[in-house]
Amino acid sequence: MPLLSVRDLQVDFTTRNGRVTAVNRIGFDVEAGKITAIIGESGSGKSVACYSLLGLLPVPPASIESGSALFDGRDLLQLSERELRQIRGRDIAMIFQDPMTCLNPYMTVGNQLMEPLLYHRKVTRQQARARALELLAEVGLRDPESTIDQYPHQFSGGMRQRVMIAMALINEPKLLIADEPTTALDVTIQAQILGLIAELQRKRDIGVIFISHDLSVVADIADEIVVMEKGHVVERGDRQAIFEAAEHPYTQKLLAAIPAGSKAPGEVPRDDLIQVRNLCTWFSQGRGAEPLRAVDDVSFTIQRGEVLGLVGESGSGKSTIGRSLLRLVPVTRGEVLFDGTDVTSLQGTALKQMRRRMQMIFQDPYASLNPRMSVYDTLAEPLLLHGIESRKTVEQGVLRLMDDVGLARAFVRKYPHEFSGGQRQRIAIGRALATRPEFVVADEPVSALDVTIQAQILELMLELGREYGLTMLFVSHDLAVVRHIADRILVLYKGRVVEQGTGDALFNSPREEYTRQLLQAIPGRGLL
Amino acid sequence: MTAANLTSVAQAEQGTSLWKDAWRRLRKNRLALFGLAVLTAFILIALLTPWLAPYAYDSQNLDLGASPPSAEHWLGTDIFGRDLLTQIMYGGRISLAVGFVATAVALVIGVTWGAVAGYVGGRVDAVMMRLVDILYALPFMIFIVLLMVVFGRNLLLLFLAIGAVEWLTMARIMRGQVQSLRQQEFVEAAVSLGLSPATIVRRHLVPNALGPIIVYTTLTIPSVMLLEAFLSFLGLGVQPPATSWGLLISYGAETMEEYPWLLIFPGAALTLTLFALNFLGDGLRDALDVRGSGD
Repeated sequence: MPLLSVRDLQVDFTTRNGRVTAVNRIGFDVEAGKITAIIGESGSGKSVACYSLLGLLPVPPASIESGSALFDGRDLLQLSERELRQIRGRDIAMIFQDPMTCLNPYMTVGNQLMEPLLYHRKVTRQQARARALELLAEVGLRDPESTIDQYPHQFSGGMRQRVMIAMALINEPKLLIADEPTTALDVTIQAQILGLIAELQRKRDIGVIFISHDLSVVADIADEIVVMEKGHVVERGDRQAIFEAAEHPYTQKLLAAIPAGSKAPGEVPRDDLIQVRNLCTWFSQGRGAEPLRAVDDVSFTIQRGEVLGLVGESGSGKSTIGRSLLRLVPVTRGEVLFDGTDVTSLQGTALKQMRRRMQMIFQDPYASLNPRMSVYDTLAEPLLLHGIESRKTVEQGVLRLMDDVGLARAFVRKYPHEFSGGQRQRIAIGRALATRPEFVVADEPVSALDVTIQAQILELMLELGREYGLTMLFVSHDLAVVRHIADRILVLYKGRVVEQGTGDALFNSPREEYTRQLLQAIPGRGLL
Repeated sequence: MTAANLTSVAQAEQGTSLWKDAWRRLRKNRLALFGLAVLTAFILIALLTPWLAPYAYDSQNLDLGASPPSAEHWLGTDIFGRDLLTQIMYGGRISLAVGFVATAVALVIGVTWGAVAGYVGGRVDAVMMRLVDILYALPFMIFIVLLMVVFGRNLLLLFLAIGAVEWLTMARIMRGQVQSLRQQEFVEAAVSLGLSPATIVRRHLVPNALGPIIVYTTLTIPSVMLLEAFLSFLGLGVQPPATSWGLLISYGAETMEEYPWLLIFPGAALTLTLFALNFLGDGLRDALDVRGSGD
């Protein structure tokens, strides 16, 4: 008998515009000792389904219309809030996506770990502390004795996620629900956390529900895969069946969206548009302290029309390089030649002129658009500022940009919050292209997006790159994505370039140890 | 592309779409509209008082003395036999003027000061905000008394003096807002487009910081009115026979047990204004937040 058996579950939301069925009569089983992955895009209902089981949805607007969820002989959907509270955190535990916001910044990690133990079981503080130490060691935290009394901000993202996992496991749950637990993490850290979850699951023989938007993440660890689309379960099967013989077109689409292969090699070499020589960008860390060497003596060139990929983990300085080229952060030393002009010393009008020629696309389409400006205002601003369109023609210019980035013209008066992540990124791309730049820095432009949307945006960027004759610096932590779009790749580690070459060269014969580690960490390597 | 589409785009081009949208949303909010109507009525009455008031503001009737509301004196009279309705109407002129003018002064100085300090940061910020701290530390009463002694008592000075004190908090709120907003990527995007700092502050920062500013503004107006009452009570503000709501309330409070209407009616006028301001302020905040709209 399965550990959890969900049948006929339907969850509706009452919104201003009427009722929406978020989860439509779905069913799935979770076996003890197995990892069941639920895969779907945002809005597919994958999280709603799991949250509804634990009574974690706000009612109203949510309402559970039908269904049953047998867990340990009891129907979770029939339990009272009191009974559910007994189960939450003891028999069923959760790990969330963002380990930063899920830990209380004003409580030590140790106290937070001990809290569920003290709440659910009769133990003394000493016993709880001993148990917490044990678990911190188990999830791979070095030196638990000294870290247990630290605060969350003293931990890195990966370490915080380990703490979250320890917290989830402290009451020996039978079922662990992990909601996109690695989406906010670097690739190498992601690989470690995935490994940890798989290892703990084997060792404790518990059931795991792993929610993700990305098939490749679960390619190595899932036993069973449930694919959801628009509230329906469209396909269900073991890992092999899904990856090798997916039947439903949506599953096939998800598989096809996994970036694979390298870009075809470029044509004849052309002249260099950008020459970066001995670039150093250091950040002061207060008086007397050593400056943080975010970018340390980096040199490279980008040819006209080339897409250069910049790969590294958080803290490698990859975003800072992009921002240094665009003069968004002050450069400490070195030269950035743009078409022969040193950008680092420009001022006033000359700088404004230069800004027109180089633009940036940001990572987070939720933060990079002014929430109080409609699409029209956002796109019209650069057009008018640089005199590209006059007041009379600006409207046509805005509409043309919307056509170029694939946004329906009817959306012109809408505000950013009315768009999905992918559509927002299209607006941001449109804004960057509005000034007709020659050079664009794209800083993780697809990291915040669902896999299928990611594929669309990458295609759009490649296409517009050709159309506008763009030279691009494509910054990402994801090697597979970079390989797909870039002509050449630089690998960055701690502010320095450790290796560079074409995508194929890096993938097939990496010279440096660090590059090898990065390649190892790519989830679902077998799929590439 | 349809004709309807074209017209809406053409309308968008006429700029200030933020305010136009806000007005469209405000119109759907009944409480806010009520607030707006009350305030508009009060302001109109205040402007037209010399023609509307039933009696002259300094006409006394000592034989009558304090009398409760009657057919001749709708809201009754005070101990000198002066018509209370007339007094409230004339008092409203002073109170509303102080409230709005002083708050407007505070708003302009505070928002500009805070936005500049928050956006430029560094040493400029440190100097600007230390100045605010120093002014905070200065005993407010001494400041006002000093101004009055040096320049003599006059109403305009009173407005300026109150405004000059109230902007400090406004500047702090604005600075905090701008500091957190300026970390956002859309500000970086604006920089990389080549916008000037002044444009970035005006177009990208101030509109996004409006929510708390508006709420604080609606709280400032009544507190300024009470401040004026306090100053007048001390003999530093308006003097009889001129009057204000604050002054009427403080006199009314003294004789509350014998002549309750002298407290109730001016109090009601101030309370109604306060309610109207709060409703309008909340409505404005929601209307300016494009995210809160169900179009």
